[in-house]
Amino acid sequence: MIISLFSSTSVPSTDRLVLFFGQAMVVGAALLIALALVYFKKVGWLWKNWVTSLDHKKIGIMYLVVAGVMLLRGLADTVLLRFQQATSSGTSHGIVSSNHYQQIFTAHGTMMIFFVAMGLVFGIINLILPLQIGSRDVAFPLLNNLSFWMYAAGAILINLSLVFGGEFAATGWLAYPPLSELQFSPGVGVDYWIWSIQIAGIGTLLSGINFITTILTKRAPGMTMMKMPVFVWSVLAAMTLVAAAFPILTVTLVLLTLDRTIGTHFFTTAGGGNAMMYVNLIWAWGHPEVYILILPAFGIYSEIVATFSRKRLFGYASMVYAIIAIAGLSFLVWLHHFFTMGAGANVNAFFGIMTMVIAIPTGLKVFNWLFTMYRGRINFASPMIWFIGFVITFSIGGAAGVMLGVPPIDFQLHNTLFLVAHFHTMIIGGALFGYFAGIAYWFPKVFGFKLDEKLGKIAAYLWIAGFICAFTPLYILGLMGATRRLDHYDASLGWQGLFIVAGVGVVIIFAGVGVQLLMFYLSIKNRKKNLDTTGDPWNGRTLEWSTTSPAPVYNFAIIPTVADRDEFFRVKQLGVTQSKRKFTAIVMPNNSSFGIFMAGWALMFAFSVIWHFWPTIVLAIVGSIATFVLRSFNDDITHIIPAAEIEAIENKRVGALL
Amino acid sequence: METSMYRSRAFKAYVFGFVSSLIFTLIAWGIVRKHEMSGHLVYSHFFIRISILVFALLQMIVQLVFFLHLGREKKPRWNVQALLATVGIILILILGSIWIMNNLNYSMMNMTPSQADRAF
Amino acid sequence: MTKTSILHNEIQKETETSLLGFWIYMMTDCIVFATLFAVFIVLRNNTSGGKSGADLFSLPFVLTETIILLTSSFTSGLAMLAAQRSRLKDTLIWLLATGVLGAAFLSLELNEFSKFDHSGSSWRTSGFLSSYFTLVGTHGLHITIGLLWLLAIIGYLFKKGLNEVIVRRLTMFSIFWHFLDVVWIFIFTVVYLLGVN
Repeated sequence: MIISLFSSTSVPSTDRLVLFFGQAMVVGAALLIALALVYFKKVGWLWKNWVTSLDHKKIGIMYLVVAGVMLLRGLADTVLLRFQQATSSGTSHGIVSSNHYQQIFTAHGTMMIFFVAMGLVFGIINLILPLQIGSRDVAFPLLNNLSFWMYAAGAILINLSLVFGGEFAATGWLAYPPLSELQFSPGVGVDYWIWSIQIAGIGTLLSGINFITTILTKRAPGMTMMKMPVFVWSVLAAMTLVAAAFPILTVTLVLLTLDRTIGTHFFTTAGGGNAMMYVNLIWAWGHPEVYILILPAFGIYSEIVATFSRKRLFGYASMVYAIIAIAGLSFLVWLHHFFTMGAGANVNAFFGIMTMVIAIPTGLKVFNWLFTMYRGRINFASPMIWFIGFVITFSIGGAAGVMLGVPPIDFQLHNTLFLVAHFHTMIIGGALFGYFAGIAYWFPKVFGFKLDEKLGKIAAYLWIAGFICAFTPLYILGLMGATRRLDHYDASLGWQGLFIVAGVGVVIIFAGVGVQLLMFYLSIKNRKKNLDTTGDPWNGRTLEWSTTSPAPVYNFAIIPTVADRDEFFRVKQLGVTQSKRKFTAIVMPNNSSFGIFMAGWALMFAFSVIWHFWPTIVLAIVGSIATFVLRSFNDDITHIIPAAEIEAIENKRVGALL
Repeated sequence: METSMYRSRAFKAYVFGFVSSLIFTLIAWGIVRKHEMSGHLVYSHFFIRISILVFALLQMIVQLVFFLHLGREKKPRWNVQALLATVGIILILILGSIWIMNNLNYSMMNMTPSQADRAF
Repeated sequence: MTKTSILHNEIQKETETSLLGFWIYMMTDCIVFATLFAVFIVLRNNTSGGKSGADLFSLPFVLTETIILLTSSFTSGLAMLAAQRSRLKDTLIWLLATGVLGAAFLSLELNEFSKFDHSGSSWRTSGFLSSYFTLVGTHGLHITIGLLWLLAIIGYLFKKGLNEVIVRRLTMFSIFWHFLDVVWIFIFTVVYLLGVN
């Protein structure tokens, strides 16, 4: 095994310095966390209360913590990328070499999509979904815990690439062959890429199955499909896409792995391989993936706009149909990612038209949100600020997307900065703003106190302004012909000014991140002043607001019976008072270390395959089978919370309505 | 007295499924075998493709209904819906991939249409 | 309510949930195979100077394999029937039959792979062979995992007999095993029957 603290080939000394700082950051952070845990004697507490917990609320928090850390990692890459492009013009070559730059943008994309966006999605779904449908937990709590640890293992693996090997894929975040084949990427970088997303991807697939089953079988009595909150519909659609698309990713990555390790010829240049088939398959996954990222955000906006406009969501049924339409159509557009690969006009036209069609239900949703606001009594709390930022940015970026969906235009704009600006608008303006809004909105439900609203708004304004400043130049540069992924460009092109403006935008975003961190710190410090004592700080409409903040471990002492949409709001309007409630014992699952062990074996397996170290490959396989068999023979996997204990917990709260 | 398991309706359903699957397998195999033995002369390419695909689909339906009891559970029949959705995705993925990959040679110069079709 | 009766209710509710979850997993597995089929179809003519399906495949051989697997699917159904009627002995007999037939199928397939490999047609030879070995091999890997699973179920039945939990697991196994035969229908048709032409 190679621990490489300095890259070996001749590179500028800044290159090595940047690499060294990256390695120091990963090693330093890991050591710091480990030492802190031991020093404060929290290892046992962490194991019992978090690591082995099957509680969806705890798992959700863990997802968000890892996603937050990976966001900072990805933003570090962003700074390097923007700085390089702002300075590397003419005779200057910036701070990193070409090959290093390529690894940075590959890592940036991979981390942001698989470990930040997906982490935020699954974190929020975990926290809120069971509460919104009136259930005690997800359908398969053990699987849920396993999914989180698989995600975490993937995140650990991608960070390990810095320390062990000092190399990542230099292929772009989708690692097209033949560049990603062994012939042209002989090092371990591509293997790290493959395995970190393969492991995380399996976790995601399991979660998809879990959440679909949860929504279909665990809704509170009376909650028919058309009475579910729109957020739940968006999760159902997104998870259906997960179940349909992630198997394609799994297979495609396996085939690339086989090419690299065994010498098969799926995507090689020689021996009858077809690299274009990789592009076809990876985008057959890739396009549904981006809808997986955006649909839950759309669901969050539906909840937030209704609550903060103090008005029922406009056009519930059409919102549901739009979600279903978007999910279905997302499987019919994937070729628009490779219009220029050589298909004829018929094929390009079909997929171009379908791409434009998918904008229609999306636009419908935006109008319905605006119609919800119309004649509402709007409370411009920070979630609404994020929503407004979304409407402005996403509309423009979406229009850019429709442009790109026209093949002749795409022939000019494919792989330019116009494309880069478009998809960042979708993911940041669309998805990320939505998840930030969701976090601000549901934070009190999870932790029992509100986040500092003033700082939250400032952060939102900084992010929105910073985003516009960072990406408008990129739209312009793309139209001027600037290709993506350039680590250096000719001074005569006159692009540097725009790149510098983009760099300033990133600085503004960073200020926004700084304010967010300050917001978390101060909110926690002053939490006693912002306590949510009622469980319903925003005058909410859906079932999660009927519990305490935070909800008890069993969520609902008595599973509610639902009569209509926005059931909680309806009950509040009726002014129903609770008659004396009779409690029964509740069965809860025991903690389990199954998840972290299986993910640990997966991590060992992956690391061993990357370095071709057979003993631990075998050990990982044997270990995972053993862990599995041990679990299946364990019959004592639940415990009962007696009715008296539930009564004691419930009596401590004031004014329960349901 | 309880009917013997081997006289029940359920058992007969399994036997029916087994025997029909066997028949469909043998017919499809037989067609191809005959064609092979005749030096690839007796049937057209088109006939073979269509007929064996038809028998494959028939056998799949028989096995789904008689072995996997599809459609048996009470409403809402999530398993049927899930299967239909999956079949849809599979068709899009496979037929779409074939169409796309085939079409990539559309613009290649100095190729006859059949060459363009063959050479991926 | 006693602890046993509370847990009994839970187990019954769980069965419905577990079976739906497993069915949905099975759907994702079908998409795995669909992807492998797509790759096979696209690469089917990329023999790169090596052998093609027509050169390699033997129709009588594949018919034998197919009938063996089909019969094992039938016997697994009978095992389910017996389990639902709480007939432990019949369940074990039909499960053992399933296992023996499944193992026979697997050994025939491994034999075929080995024959191809030793005669110079390995999965490193061409795109066609890479996709052939991977598609059929993935099916074989599923069969292997199924056999190990079957072994564990048989072991459990010997030790603890029939109960709600094991019947649920057996139901999931039989769904798995039936689907493997459905996938094989298409491998038989697309890979072998179309391949010999």
